[in-house]
Amino acid sequence: MPDPRIAGAGVTQFGKHPERTGRDLFADAGLEALDQSGVEPEDVDALYYGNFMGELAEHQGHQGPLMAEAIGIDAPATRLEAACASAGAAVREAVKTLRNGESEVVVVGGAERMTNIGTAAATDALAIAADDLYEVRAGMTFPGAYALMARAYFAEYGGSHEDLGHVAVKNHEHALVNDHAQIQSEITLDEAMEAPTIAAPLGLYDSCPITDGAAAAVLTTEEYAAEHDLDAPVVISGSGQGGDNLALQDRPHLARTPAAEKAAEEAYADAGIEAGDVDVAEVHDCFTIAEVLAIESLGLFDPGEGIHAATEGVTTRHGEMPVNLSGGLKAKGHPVGATGVAQLATIAWVLDGTHPRADAVPDGRVGVAHNAGGTVASTTVHVLEVRE
Amino acid sequence: MTETSRNGEYDDWLDSIEAGEGYYVECDEGHGWLPPRRVCPDCGSRELREEPLPDSGEIATHTTITVATPQFEDDAPYVTAIADFGPVSVTGLVRGVDPEDVSMADVVGIEVGERETTGERAVVFRPR
Repeated sequence: MPDPRIAGAGVTQFGKHPERTGRDLFADAGLEALDQSGVEPEDVDALYYGNFMGELAEHQGHQGPLMAEAIGIDAPATRLEAACASAGAAVREAVKTLRNGESEVVVVGGAERMTNIGTAAATDALAIAADDLYEVRAGMTFPGAYALMARAYFAEYGGSHEDLGHVAVKNHEHALVNDHAQIQSEITLDEAMEAPTIAAPLGLYDSCPITDGAAAAVLTTEEYAAEHDLDAPVVISGSGQGGDNLALQDRPHLARTPAAEKAAEEAYADAGIEAGDVDVAEVHDCFTIAEVLAIESLGLFDPGEGIHAATEGVTTRHGEMPVNLSGGLKAKGHPVGATGVAQLATIAWVLDGTHPRADAVPDGRVGVAHNAGGTVASTTVHVLEVRE
Repeated sequence: MTETSRNGEYDDWLDSIEAGEGYYVECDEGHGWLPPRRVCPDCGSRELREEPLPDSGEIATHTTITVATPQFEDDAPYVTAIADFGPVSVTGLVRGVDPEDVSMADVVGIEVGERETTGERAVVFRPR
């Protein structure tokens, strides 16, 4: 089965754009993706679009057709919601429809408008990805949920808040040259350690910012790309998705993310690769501990070893396994519904050599994008490969 | 949801905790869950029976939250924890102890309290 090709991608500058509507943000990303792809808008067969909190932040549901209008395509448009993995789920649907022959050209994307409602309301909106009855009513916030996982991880495997600080320092440094990034400033380990606490043991610099932004990509079949002479050297060769109990309290293990392990296993098998083949990864580091859990679930590090990866420099741009060359959610920002497609775009640009951090993996052939929803109750993993 | 609506079996369960008759539901294979449940997510059994919730549990993990949602604004800082009650784990607010003194494996009892911000009911753990 031929693998879908990435013909073009567009990402807005991630950051604080409280006055810009979601449709306006998505138009930026979607039109850039279409222009870069060389695909005519009338050839687009479908739009799969990720968004999480549109009803709360913009009083806007039913965003699929709205976003198709915004980029001038007349095609069936469906919004997918899987909390912070909404765009990853959208990518997965796009891959399916291209592989099964229903579509030849698909736009996949996502957007989120968050800063217009302020930090407290955004924290509240994010919290509804948790179990309302048993978690939200017990005061759980998303930083709180990941703090619970961090403390459980430390108790089981060791490691420290300082190790998490190294993750933050690394991702801020990676974002310095990424013009899409919300935060383009270095931080020191001391600054990370001394930042105000949000949910102990996690502090301000363990957390991604609240972000507005959008991302989009144009995916197409091998045949369409060949017929139209598209420059599309990167394919999506593997797709996987895993699920878990929604509430942390119902899971047997608080220091592992089995949904991501299942997604990675499925995606690797789909692509016919192993973890050892991966050259570069973009993972869902909504909190520093999340990056640790992600790289372990992807099989890039054994359980209990991911906590030391940034400290030892292995996941820096100079290391053997660069992770989050974009700056990750931590520094690039996390407009929830857009994140999964922004990760896809980053890996595609790293592999085709056009990303400003592509020099970290000059001979990179295989990349993975790991997009997690909630406390990893939903996860998608996609494998991208260079295939001229 | 309206302010006067009850959340079915969840509020029934809170009532049971308040009455000192807390319970959980269990399938024949011993998988425990909090209500409402129609099916055991582990084994798919639809034969779930009520069993008494143990009087005390152990804190499995905890956090002190300083940046709260609007519904917990006046509660902050507060401790949220997951406590292991054997067949089930429960998430609740830890009260009756300084946040700095909450530790893994602390033994706690379970009761129902009120959120300071909204007055709504919440699961509360207190040291035993």
